Amino acid sequence: MTDSTVDRLAQATPPTLARKVKGLSDRAIAWLFIAPTIFLLLAVNIFPLIWTIRLSFTNYRVNRPNSDVDWVGTRNYERILTDEDTWEKMQATAHFLISTLAIQVLIGFALAYLINKKFKGDALWTTIIVFPMMLSPAVVGNFWTFLYQPQIGLFNTVVGTILGTDPASFSMIGDVHLAPWAIVIVDTWMWTPFVMLICLAGLRSIPESIYEAAECDRASGWRQFWTITIPMVLPFLMLAVLFRGIENFKMFDLVVQLTGGGPGNTTTLTSIDLKREAFERWRTGYASAYAIILFVTVFGLASIYVKALNKVKER
Amino acid sequence: MKRKLILSVAAGALTAGSAMAEDLTLCWAAWDPANALVELSTEFEEESGHNMSFEFVPWPNFADRMLNELNSGGQLCDLMIGDSQWIGLGAEAGHYVKMNDFFDANGISMDDFIPATVTGYAEWPKGTPNYWAMPAFGDVVGWTYRKDWFERPELQAEFKESYGRDLAPPATLAELKDIAEFFQGREIDGTTVYGAAIYTERGSEGITMGVTNALYNYGFDYGTADEPYKIDGIVNSPEAAAGLEFYKELYDCCTPPGSSDWYMSENIDAYKSGQVAMQMNFAFIWPGVEADPNVGGGKSGYFPNPAGPGGQFAQLGGQGISVVNYSDNKDAALEYIKWFSQPEVQKKWWEVGGYSALNAVVEDPGFASSQPYAQTFLDSMAIVKDFWAEPAYADLLIAMQDRVHAYVIAGDGTAQEALDKLVEDWNEVFEDEGKI
Repeated sequence: MTDSTVDRLAQATPPTLARKVKGLSDRAIAWLFIAPTIFLLLAVNIFPLIWTIRLSFTNYRVNRPNSDVDWVGTRNYERILTDEDTWEKMQATAHFLISTLAIQVLIGFALAYLINKKFKGDALWTTIIVFPMMLSPAVVGNFWTFLYQPQIGLFNTVVGTILGTDPASFSMIGDVHLAPWAIVIVDTWMWTPFVMLICLAGLRSIPESIYEAAECDRASGWRQFWTITIPMVLPFLMLAVLFRGIENFKMFDLVVQLTGGGPGNTTTLTSIDLKREAFERWRTGYASAYAIILFVTVFGLASIYVKALNKVKER
Repeated sequence: MKRKLILSVAAGALTAGSAMAEDLTLCWAAWDPANALVELSTEFEEESGHNMSFEFVPWPNFADRMLNELNSGGQLCDLMIGDSQWIGLGAEAGHYVKMNDFFDANGISMDDFIPATVTGYAEWPKGTPNYWAMPAFGDVVGWTYRKDWFERPELQAEFKESYGRDLAPPATLAELKDIAEFFQGREIDGTTVYGAAIYTERGSEGITMGVTNALYNYGFDYGTADEPYKIDGIVNSPEAAAGLEFYKELYDCCTPPGSSDWYMSENIDAYKSGQVAMQMNFAFIWPGVEADPNVGGGKSGYFPNPAGPGGQFAQLGGQGISVVNYSDNKDAALEYIKWFSQPEVQKKWWEVGGYSALNAVVEDPGFASSQPYAQTFLDSMAIVKDFWAEPAYADLLIAMQDRVHAYVIAGDGTAQEALDKLVEDWNEVFEDEGKI
């Protein structure tokens, strides 16, 4: 089959091209095919990365094209890493990341477990649950600001009614203690369905025969859950955490729409801070160093995590 | 369309001084005055034969969008009505055309404009006769209040009993806070209302444009005349810290719930919907207030930013009009400025809702009584101060936004600590800029 395909392709090759290619080795032909991809990769990914690393050691500002660009060594890195405000923003990012991942995994898995139990209308419920992740983050951010409005917002009205307090007595996006949770709630509302779908795929991949064998061995439902369901879903769950973790590390649009990073710097995530440094303060060199630090952090954490994921998959 | 084009070209050919019709684009913020300028500019099109296009960007994105355009050497805008703080960058980075020769050649004198607007919108370096713009729109932060509520006899009586004076526009910031406290949470016509809507926005320039109205009046300044970059002990003086504390107290006691990120449009909405008794806002909103069916037609009054222990000042707003250096239509753009500088055009500018900065307009005997807010505008323009207009103004602004918002809204640390940190941030910027 393969030979015949190769033969057909060889016959179809124009003689002029065939003559040109005739003298090339297999290795050369392989390079010929992958060269455009490598070129694109170098141009679009590698060159900008190297350029960013270079800029990170300078005081370059893109809005001052006529100014001198001085080599400042590691000063940008030192400034960032010794700046208390940067660490405050790192903490805000960590809070957002850990809270959203923990809550979304718990709720997402629970929803998947329920949906997997096949009941009347489960497909309809799946569609309804998945609906929020189909919306644009900018739209979601915008309408949640209305829901969080203290005087007329639905969220405040519902919470106020449940707790028996005046809805206008608290402001989800204006209160320094509530604002970090306000963004967690919205992200959870929007992205838990994604975790649920991945978990559902994991649950549906478990062969029924394993549960039947466990039933024969008189294993309780609880034991089946911990020794069959969880271990077999774990790689899927970890994959969901990886995707959501990377996404939330670079979270920008939703939070900007909701809180703009405030009150104070309470919800200023590193991505928002980086954007301000790069495109509002125009400190290009400084922002490049900041971007490299974030890149190394994400890359390092993701590498460790992928190794752990592979170990779990091998078990 | 084709007919209009032919007519425009014909009109242009007939106009002395314009060799051929050009397509000019004027960039500004998207707000009511911009719509008024579109209306006014039709006269220029008819007179000159040039075609005017407009690029208006909403205020929260205005600086981002337009500074990107300038920084990239873009040719979108031939004319830029840029914010007053951009003048240093516009001049030093070569974004704007220097106007001195043009002004001299066309008999346009900066002495004919309100002095504060010349300093604020046109000069760089400040205090020197180097002009990069012509004052286009005078603006200043002032206050709007519900005159109809203030005049209610039952509220008058209750206020007098509580505070020992009449319920009237405040003369001092302390009085303003009293009035705001008086209205906070009060039921008026079956609705809960609040004291005042003030600027608290964090993302662009909002809280800075608001808090400075308290800071200036408590003694805050941007350095001294001899040493403009010597800020330690001035920006963070005990008096300045007291001003910052005042603004936080006003926010804590007397603003509507959820107003932690409010700027011009949110304040307008709160006021027009009857949520607040007073609002802080730039003067450009006043024509819109007067025309509003809920709060216009005599229901609203206006007063300048009240005095504090350190004097009476108000935050300058407004913009000058500049010619963008990257434009291919500089001559036509300058022609527009020449047309716009004419006293009769400036008079019409005021009539359609634009705030002319030309002395001939504002010093006209009938000006003060021409609109209910005209006198307040004049009084406010006499007490203005402006934020830094350095090329690095964006760095300085972001630092102030962060430090002030963190203290006033998030309650982070003390006022003194916030201003001390601000001094550190600003000194760092000045060091990077080679100013100190």
